[in-house]
Amino acid sequence: MDLTKVVSLALGVGIFLFVFWLVKERRLREKYAILWLSTSAFIILLTMSRKVLEVAALSIGIYYPPSLLFLVGVLFLLMVTIGHSVSLSRLSETNHKLAQEVALLRKQVDREREKREEAELERLKSDEPKRLGGREDEGKQRKTVAG
Amino acid sequence: MKGLAIIPAFNEAKNIRAVIEDLRSFEGDILVVNDGSTDDTAAIAKSLGARVISHPFNLGIGGTVQTGIKYARENDYDFAIQFDGDGQHRGDQVFKITELVKRGEADLVIGARTLPGGYKMGISRWFGSRIFHCLIKFLSGKTIEDPTSGFRCYGKNTIRLFSRYYTDDYPEVESIITAARSGLRIVEVPVLMRGRLSGHSSINRRKSAYYMIKVTLALVVDAMRGRLLAEEY
Repeated sequence: MDLTKVVSLALGVGIFLFVFWLVKERRLREKYAILWLSTSAFIILLTMSRKVLEVAALSIGIYYPPSLLFLVGVLFLLMVTIGHSVSLSRLSETNHKLAQEVALLRKQVDREREKREEAELERLKSDEPKRLGGREDEGKQRKTVAG
Repeated sequence: MKGLAIIPAFNEAKNIRAVIEDLRSFEGDILVVNDGSTDDTAAIAKSLGARVISHPFNLGIGGTVQTGIKYARENDYDFAIQFDGDGQHRGDQVFKITELVKRGEADLVIGARTLPGGYKMGISRWFGSRIFHCLIKFLSGKTIEDPTSGFRCYGKNTIRLFSRYYTDDYPEVESIITAARSGLRIVEVPVLMRGRLSGHSSINRRKSAYYMIKVTLALVVDAMRGRLLAEEY
């Protein structure tokens, strides 16, 4: 086994274990994990058999097999990035809706609270005379203490 | 005992009236969780006296059921049933899944479609169901004949657990593993079901391959997470 084989095998296995761990820790959703787990499986497959790459390259007329690897790699990453842009767009749309929903709800809650406070104020006003009397008494007492 | 019937519904305007009327004999409250429907699902449910919670956009079946479960937890219900909004589940079968939970003998009861009643399952669905049956058996030791059934009754412990851990898409099978590793008592009882009243199943052929892979991965990973203690949820 030559060095490149060892390195790429370690890379494939490393990615596989890392992605698995991320899912276990609930930091990565299964949906995305499937993509990266299959990528690592693909890397491991290519490591195991160089023949796969050679046959595939020659069959579509590429005479230097590694360039097929680069082509596939770049196209794959391009697709993934576009996919992520789509996800991001969807997320920002839902985020937008959520923010508006929360703002409208807050407005509604505020209005309810204002209504309640007004009603409370009305109720207090209706038995104001009694309370005012109470307050005057308090004031007198305080004066006496101070004097 | 305070019970709640959770009806997840997404564009079920055609079915929702029949579903709520079917639950008339249910002793408890009826909650329709409207998952961002674009039709009159919410208005019809309200007019029939059901409680309605509407998501601002579509979250998927897992998030919808979990909203109902969170509502049950916040309002201190003793048990909750999940009753699909598409008319598959039958009101006259509800007592079969609630009985053991009410008696305190089970935490999670799954209503399994029984074959004598003549329930026809497509070959691919049957095959998927068998695979999950074996995986669950291998990972948790539980024997569940119909792991994809969404006709379920949740006791207090399960309500607590699932309001914390419940996956967004295709939650039925994974939730069994989550419940099993939390030491909850899972029981399966045979029930009768109907075909759908109207509309299509949420899982079509194109999605079913993804469904199998996703759920398998989720099952294996969840089983690896180890024992969940009651303090953790």
